[in-house]
Amino acid sequence: MSAFLDAMGRVPPLLAQHLVLAFSALLLGIVISLPLAIVSARRPGVARFALGFASLIQTIPTLALLALFYPLLLSLSALVGGGIPALGFLPSLLALTLYGLLPILRNAVTGLTGIDPAVIEAADGVGMTAWQKLRLVEAPLVAPVVMAGIRTAAVWTIGAATLSTTVGQPSLGDMIFAGLQTQNWALVLAGCFSAAALALAVDALLGLVERGIARRRRGAVWGALVVLAIGAGVALAPMWPSGETRVVIGAKGFSEQYILARVIGHRLEAAGYRVAYREGLGSGIALGALSGGDIDVYVDYTGTIWADTMKRTDVPPRAAIYAGVRDWAASTRGVTLLGGLGFENAYAFAMRGDDAARRGVKTIADLVPIAPKLRLATDIEFLDRPEWAAVKRAYGLEFGSAHPYQPTFMYRALESGAADVIPAFSSDGRIAADKLAVLGDPKGAIPGYDAILLLSPEHAKDARFQAVLKPLIGRISVETMREANYLVDRDADKKSPEEAARWLEKKVGL
Amino acid sequence: MPASRVSGPSVAFDRVSKRYPGAVAVDDISVEIAGGSFVALVGASGSGKSTLLKMVNRLIEPSAGGIRIGDADVAAGDAHLLRRRIGYVFQNIGLFPHMNVGENIAIGLRLTGGKDRAGRVADLLDLVDLPRDFAGRMPDALSGGQRQRVGVARALALEPGLMLMDEPFGALDPVTRDQLGIAIRALHDRLGLTTIMVTHDMAEALILADRVLVMAGGRIVADATPQALLAGEGGAEADALVAVPREQARRLREIGGGG
Repeated sequence: MSAFLDAMGRVPPLLAQHLVLAFSALLLGIVISLPLAIVSARRPGVARFALGFASLIQTIPTLALLALFYPLLLSLSALVGGGIPALGFLPSLLALTLYGLLPILRNAVTGLTGIDPAVIEAADGVGMTAWQKLRLVEAPLVAPVVMAGIRTAAVWTIGAATLSTTVGQPSLGDMIFAGLQTQNWALVLAGCFSAAALALAVDALLGLVERGIARRRRGAVWGALVVLAIGAGVALAPMWPSGETRVVIGAKGFSEQYILARVIGHRLEAAGYRVAYREGLGSGIALGALSGGDIDVYVDYTGTIWADTMKRTDVPPRAAIYAGVRDWAASTRGVTLLGGLGFENAYAFAMRGDDAARRGVKTIADLVPIAPKLRLATDIEFLDRPEWAAVKRAYGLEFGSAHPYQPTFMYRALESGAADVIPAFSSDGRIAADKLAVLGDPKGAIPGYDAILLLSPEHAKDARFQAVLKPLIGRISVETMREANYLVDRDADKKSPEEAARWLEKKVGL
Repeated sequence: MPASRVSGPSVAFDRVSKRYPGAVAVDDISVEIAGGSFVALVGASGSGKSTLLKMVNRLIEPSAGGIRIGDADVAAGDAHLLRRRIGYVFQNIGLFPHMNVGENIAIGLRLTGGKDRAGRVADLLDLVDLPRDFAGRMPDALSGGQRQRVGVARALALEPGLMLMDEPFGALDPVTRDQLGIAIRALHDRLGLTTIMVTHDMAEALILADRVLVMAGGRIVADATPQALLAGEGGAEADALVAVPREQARRLREIGGGG
């Protein structure tokens, strides 16, 4: 229970961001869909197109819709010569706005086309202009139906706003995603609870407005709206301008990233910077967020950029990859590679220690003759990654079966005997804890994955900033990182990334 | 409400046609209606009578020809300003369900910024024989006949000289229908209106109107006073329509005489 209460302490600033995003999207949705509904009600052709489009949007998973806006805005920004942010608030706002169009549009069109034709004939007959007819007759008659649509849209938008975390917009989803990755269920619960409570409260208040309109009680309508406005004002308190600029530290969505972000943050805070965290960034999005200035610093891995972003399929030695990434990042993105932290988080094939000993397997080469009898369990993306292609090419490795899992369950599968081999992460704490044997890569098929500190273009020549972070370079060994990760990932006596970061700092003497 | 006025305006149709793709609703009609007269447009469904009526207040725009009210061409100026000078009552009434009776009656005053709405609403309720306290009721609390009386009061609110009625009693029971017909005719006489009423009921037309226009296939096939029609001077189509109430009246007399 105390873990849950601790987690609730993170809610207020995220709730404010969440509310601003959802409310802006809802407002924009209303502004777009009401005029569109009026035109649609008069022209069936427009109605078919508008409703068809809004329904189509609904069939796209929200997560995909959010992700789609990133390349869209990026190319749009390139088209107009830059300046359009492709991450954070804008793509989230646009995706959620589109998502909320359908219920408002559909209810408004249904309401308008469902008005008794005799009432419209009478409105024309007494000499109303088109505007008077809309204001005096149509709007009051469809208001309750439209309000019901707005209510639905509000609940959807508040729920879907949790997903904006993935494109770098802070929301209550930060807690849910971080909690899922670190298996901190109190954090997940607190995030879900807050989002659900917000949705229910807004729904209830809008419900009062809806009933007030239907029963023509102006007092009830205004009362509910005033309560809503006061609630929003209080919730937004953490966002009231403080006048200070802040350093934003990015983190992708797994424990090691959360821990390292805190380590970086603690150093910057100690040096007098005001720090904010942008956590749970999608792997492909973090570098874009950095070069766009949405975040100031984060940790990435040379192999990830080499293979995923630079699309290189060759596998030169670690040092060559490091140099290649450093030069590429500086020349094409203006991003500074400050240095390596001292450890790798590479894919490393692993087996149960006793099993490997019994079968006499020490390297990937030893696996080749027995692999057809073995089962491979991987994370979600490994089977599609260039590393797997490179390993197959180099060794001619073929497993009897290969199934993707969530990373946590990949380890469980190995532990329980449901799988015999996994591509583990070399800095993962579970390697030591589960007594796994890490297999060698004599042919050097898997690229180096040095953890590197990347700085945004703004800090390329920022000597003070760089001086604060320099002591981290080469400081963290893979054993230390494994231990710190395990503090967070283990099932019993779990630590928060914050606690693990403090432990790591003490361990390496920072 | 003034007790009477000199007379409502005349209405002149000049070679008016209304064509839809593949159909002609009104076919080249020219007819003049004298100011202050009560004219019934009678015909079967699809004869074009409602179309002809709605072209007067431009709820339907003619394909050809012109209509004048008094000396003014209806096509000149804005349609909504024209409609505010014309009373319009129709079968489905179309009371605004979100407004009470008083607000419904006063809607024209609201559109034109008229003053003393409450006083006018009371006068208009008196005029259509409804209690004044009906002003605060919602339309769905009224009977069909009461609703149409409110519809008539709403149409009279801006003191029009011309009343257009499209099957005004079509949805009412026979007793209510008869009472409301008598009330309408009385209002017509008292206010000196020009009234054009569309109906498919020849008996109603014969009893209420000064002049009956019989329509078929988009044309006027008979144009006569009720007396002339009853005397068989209206031609074949009119005779067929007049024969129905005449035959009913004869049979009623027989039953009465035999019993």
